[in-house]
Amino acid sequence: MIKLKERIVRCLFFFNGILVVIILLGIFLLLIFNAIPAFKEISLVQFLFSPNWNPTSYVTPSYGIVSMLVSTLMVTAGALFIAIPLGIGTAAYLSDVASHRVREIAKPIVEILAGIPSVVIGFLGIVLVGPMIARVFHLYNGLNAINGSVLLGIMALPTIISISEDALNSVPKSYQEASLALGATRWQTIIRVKIPAALSGIIAACMLGMGRVIGETMAILMATGCAPAMPKSFLDSVRTMTSTIAIELGEVPYNTTHYYALFAVGFVLFVITFFVNIVSDIVLHKYESQTR
Amino acid sequence: MKTNQLKELIGFNILRACMGMVSLFLLVILYDIARKGIGVINWEFLSAMPKTGMTEGGVLPAIVGTFIVAVISAVLAIPLGMGCAVYLNEFAQNNKITRIIRMSIRNLSGVPSIVYGLFGVVLFVQLMRFGTCVLSAGMTLGLMTLPWTITASEEALKSIPDSYRDGSLALGATKWQAIRTNVLPYAVPGMLTGAILGLARAAGETAPILFTGAAFYLPFLPKSPFSQFMALPYHLYIMSTQHHSIEKVRPIAYGTALVLIVLVFGMNLGAILLRYRLRKIKKE
Repeated sequence: MIKLKERIVRCLFFFNGILVVIILLGIFLLLIFNAIPAFKEISLVQFLFSPNWNPTSYVTPSYGIVSMLVSTLMVTAGALFIAIPLGIGTAAYLSDVASHRVREIAKPIVEILAGIPSVVIGFLGIVLVGPMIARVFHLYNGLNAINGSVLLGIMALPTIISISEDALNSVPKSYQEASLALGATRWQTIIRVKIPAALSGIIAACMLGMGRVIGETMAILMATGCAPAMPKSFLDSVRTMTSTIAIELGEVPYNTTHYYALFAVGFVLFVITFFVNIVSDIVLHKYESQTR
Repeated sequence: MKTNQLKELIGFNILRACMGMVSLFLLVILYDIARKGIGVINWEFLSAMPKTGMTEGGVLPAIVGTFIVAVISAVLAIPLGMGCAVYLNEFAQNNKITRIIRMSIRNLSGVPSIVYGLFGVVLFVQLMRFGTCVLSAGMTLGLMTLPWTITASEEALKSIPDSYRDGSLALGATKWQAIRTNVLPYAVPGMLTGAILGLARAAGETAPILFTGAAFYLPFLPKSPFSQFMALPYHLYIMSTQHHSIEKVRPIAYGTALVLIVLVFGMNLGAILLRYRLRKIKKE
């Protein structure tokens, strides 16, 4: 009797565990099933290679994803340009320079920064960062790719800092001691020994930050102007994949070509972030097994 | 030797400057919101309905709406998250299935929030025929918080020493009896704390509720799980981008941002206090 109960309980927990796999598969399948009908009317070539996204045109609606992909890439590159040096620098400070007491204060700063809702960051992009950019570059408004890059850079920081710091902290102490014993300064030890030793962890941290930036919606939606055209420079308004979905899904009727096309965009987004996550996962694990 | 010391000095100061920049970002964010938001916060702002096209009045329905979706997502995410963590930490063997489950959890936490929104539209709004409502939005957020809840719950379970399990097993208890009587009671405080931290993040999310139930302007409280609702983050988005007189409602937007931040940090603080209290009780 007890044995039977035990087996039932075990089965229930097993199904609960398997549930996350089902959810991930479910997301994948629902996206793909809702994206496929779009290609009854849109050719795959147009979707993947046309720079024009204009689904509401009266003459010939066009569904090209290229300008969105370029926008996403630009903002991601800009955000990482800010977040990677700043994040690694902060992580190195926290792991090797800061005294114990400073660290106790500094760690919550990073945690609080991670807890600020993205919509609040986006709001500050409109009221604070935007006007600043407009003044510096003499523009009519500051809602452009730079603004989005700054905001997303800030949002990627906590991820990059905390994972890089973990990586730096798990470099064996003997490496550091050996380097110091040979007469290297602490600075040389950080740059030449610790960072190279923790490099794969730091790379994984940056990739996870990148995944977060690619998928971020609200801040980018509010702060980049969202003009649906191919951006020419960082001072242009951009419209990423996430913001296109956010803007248009609320307006289209269910089960139209436009609606399915948005799911196709969502599917592309899902695939990109999935690969970024998988690769960073592999890198992180490789590094974990190395340090052990 | 001198140049090396100089290099070290410069290098350390660059690292300090990095930390300084990060702190400055946080300071500017909090200072700007607090300074400009505090002026509009009064009892009416917190307890009244929005009036005359949201240019006057309060944000009560948005506060209540945010609470309700958070509760719905908790009801979904906490039991499922705890169950999954118990499976992974107590039952699972180190085999292929376990590795797939772990990989799925890490991947789910990296899925963009807008993709959860799309998933919610198809699954809850259309397939399950809930319509756009507070239930659909809450369940979408619940799914999104699930990986965070699992990770936090597993941390809590890992912190229980094996001797608790072994002691119970040695006295003839079955595995489930050992977990139920000797592991879960000690792990639940940590699990709950993690769950509340996840909910605080969920309460601030906007993208998943955009199409699953949040409403532009509804000057009354949701009456059933199947009615639409207002939420603080969505309200802030509307007030700062979609409103017909954006400049005029800017103070209200600041006020909303402040209320949202206070709510999110309040939940964080609550979780930490809860953990502290429960630990104390356990010791006594």
